[in-house]
Amino acid sequence: MEYLSTVFQEVYKILFLLVPVLVSVAMIVWLDRRVWAFVQKRQGPNVVGPFGLLQSIADALKYIFKEIIIPSSSNKVIFILAPIVTMTLALISWAVIPFSATQVLADINVGILYLFAVSSLGVYGIIMGGWASNSKYPFLGAIRSAAQMVSYEVSIGVIIINVLLCVGSLNLNDIVIAQQNMWFVIPLFPMFVIFFISALAETNRPPFDLPEAEAELVAGYQTEYSGMMYAMFWLGEYANILLMCAMGAILFLGGWMSPIDFYPFTLVPGAIWLILKILLLFILFALVKAIVPRYRYDQLMRLGWKVFLPLSLIWVVLTASYLFYFNLLPVN
Amino acid sequence: MIAHAIFFYTFSIIAVVSAIMVTASKNTVHSVFFLILDFISISCLFIMIGAEFLGMIMLIVYVGAVAVLFLFVVMMLNVAQQKNQWFAGQQSSKHIPVGLIISTLIFVEVIIVIGGWKYKPEIFDINNSIAQTSISNTHSLGQILYTDYIHVFQISGMILLVAMVGAIVLTFRQRSGVKRQSYIKQISRERAEGVEVLEVQSNKGVKIDD
Repeated sequence: MEYLSTVFQEVYKILFLLVPVLVSVAMIVWLDRRVWAFVQKRQGPNVVGPFGLLQSIADALKYIFKEIIIPSSSNKVIFILAPIVTMTLALISWAVIPFSATQVLADINVGILYLFAVSSLGVYGIIMGGWASNSKYPFLGAIRSAAQMVSYEVSIGVIIINVLLCVGSLNLNDIVIAQQNMWFVIPLFPMFVIFFISALAETNRPPFDLPEAEAELVAGYQTEYSGMMYAMFWLGEYANILLMCAMGAILFLGGWMSPIDFYPFTLVPGAIWLILKILLLFILFALVKAIVPRYRYDQLMRLGWKVFLPLSLIWVVLTASYLFYFNLLPVN
Repeated sequence: MIAHAIFFYTFSIIAVVSAIMVTASKNTVHSVFFLILDFISISCLFIMIGAEFLGMIMLIVYVGAVAVLFLFVVMMLNVAQQKNQWFAGQQSSKHIPVGLIISTLIFVEVIIVIGGWKYKPEIFDINNSIAQTSISNTHSLGQILYTDYIHVFQISGMILLVAMVGAIVLTFRQRSGVKRQSYIKQISRERAEGVEVLEVQSNKGVKIDD
C-alpha cells in the first residue's frame, strides 16, 4: 500500500512537470513564428485567440483529425516507433532539470551526463524515421542528420567538461550553486558561443537544418509522415530545442539563480528565473533562424570538426591550467 | 526489494532476448536496433547496481556514438543481401568451425571469470571501492583511474589514438585535379589582385595572359 502511494505521488509529480512542458512547447512554436515574422516585418499568427496565442493548439487539433498515412513499402513497426522515440526522449530529459534547490523530479548524481546521454539518443528517432520510410529523401535526410548530430555532440561534450572543471560535480544543482558568485558565461564566454551554435546544429535548427532542407530534400526525414505522427516529430523537435535552452541556462546562465541578489527580487521563485533565461535563449534561437541563411553541408562538417572541436579542446587545457595554477580546482 | 527484483529481471530478460535477436533476426538493420536495445538494458542494469557513471557513459559512448556508426554502415552497404548470399547453400558450412571455436573460447573465459569470483571472492573486492557512500561513484572511479591505474589509462588512450591515426592513414588518398577551397586565400584576396583596369583601344581588344 505504501509502495502504491509512492508511485501515485511520483506520477502526480511527473504530470505536474509534463503538462506545463507540453503547453510551453505549444506556446514556444507560436513565439518562434512571431519572432520570425517580426524580423521580416510581418505579423505572424495573430488570428486565433488573443495575439494568436492559440494558433499552436489549433494546429495540433488539425493534425489530430488528419489521417495517418503509412507507406505500404515502409517498415511499419519502426515507422510508427520513430516519432514516439523522438517525443519520449525529448520529454524524459526534463526529469533532471532543477527548477529550484528542491524542485527537481530526480536529483541524480550524474545529472549532466544523463542530459547529454538522452540528447545523444535523440538521433535515433530521426534515423529510424528516415530508414523506415523506405524512400530516398527521408533516407538522405536521416544520414545527414546522423552525421551532423554525432559531430556536434563531440564539441558539446568538451564544452560540458569545461564547465565541470569549474564545478567539480556532475549534479545539476551543484552546477547552478557553483555559479553563485559569477555566472559561467563571463569566464567561459567563448564556450557559451560555441555551445549556442552547437545547440543549433544539435537540434537541426536553421542555419543548420540540412536534414530537412526543403530546397533539396522536400522535408528530409519527415517527408512520409502525416497527421499525428508528423505532429509528434514536430513537438519533439521543439521540446528538444527548449531542453537545449534549459541546458544552456543551467550551464552558463546560473539556472534558477536570481541575477539581482537583493530583497524584492529574492522573493521571486527560482522557476520563474529559469523560465526567463530559457525564453531569452529561445528568442536568440528564433532570431538566428530569421537572420542567417543555411550552411552548405561540407562547411557545416568543417565548422564542427576543424573549428569547434580544437577550440573547445584548447579551452579545456586553458581552464584546467588556470584552475591548477591558481589552486582553484574544486577538490573535495 | 520485490520492486528491485522485478526491475532486475525485466531488464535482464530484455537484454538476453535482444542479444539473441541480434543474431537471429534476418534484417541486419533490425539486428542493430536490437543491439541498441541490448546496450540500453545493460546500462539500466549498471545503474541498478549503483554504477550510474558507467551506465551513463555506456549510453553516451555505445548507444550515442558507436551504434550510430554501426547503423550508418549497415544502412549504406545494404548488408542484408550479402548476408543471404553468404548463408545460402553449402558455403555456410565453412563458417561453422570458426564460429564454434570463437564461441567455445568465450564460454571458457566466462567460466573462468565466474569460477574465480565464486572461489576467491576477495579478489574482486568491490566493497572497498564502491560501497563508500560518502563519495560519489564518479569521484571514486576518478580517484582510482588517475592514481593507481594512470599508466594503463594513458596506454589505452595511446592505443586508441594510434588506431585512429592508422585508420585515417589507410583510407586517406590524395586526389589530384581537385580544386580545394582555401578560406584564408579567399578572405585575404583584395581588390588590387583581383581586378585590373585597362585602357582599351578601340578595335584592338584585350589580351589576357593566364
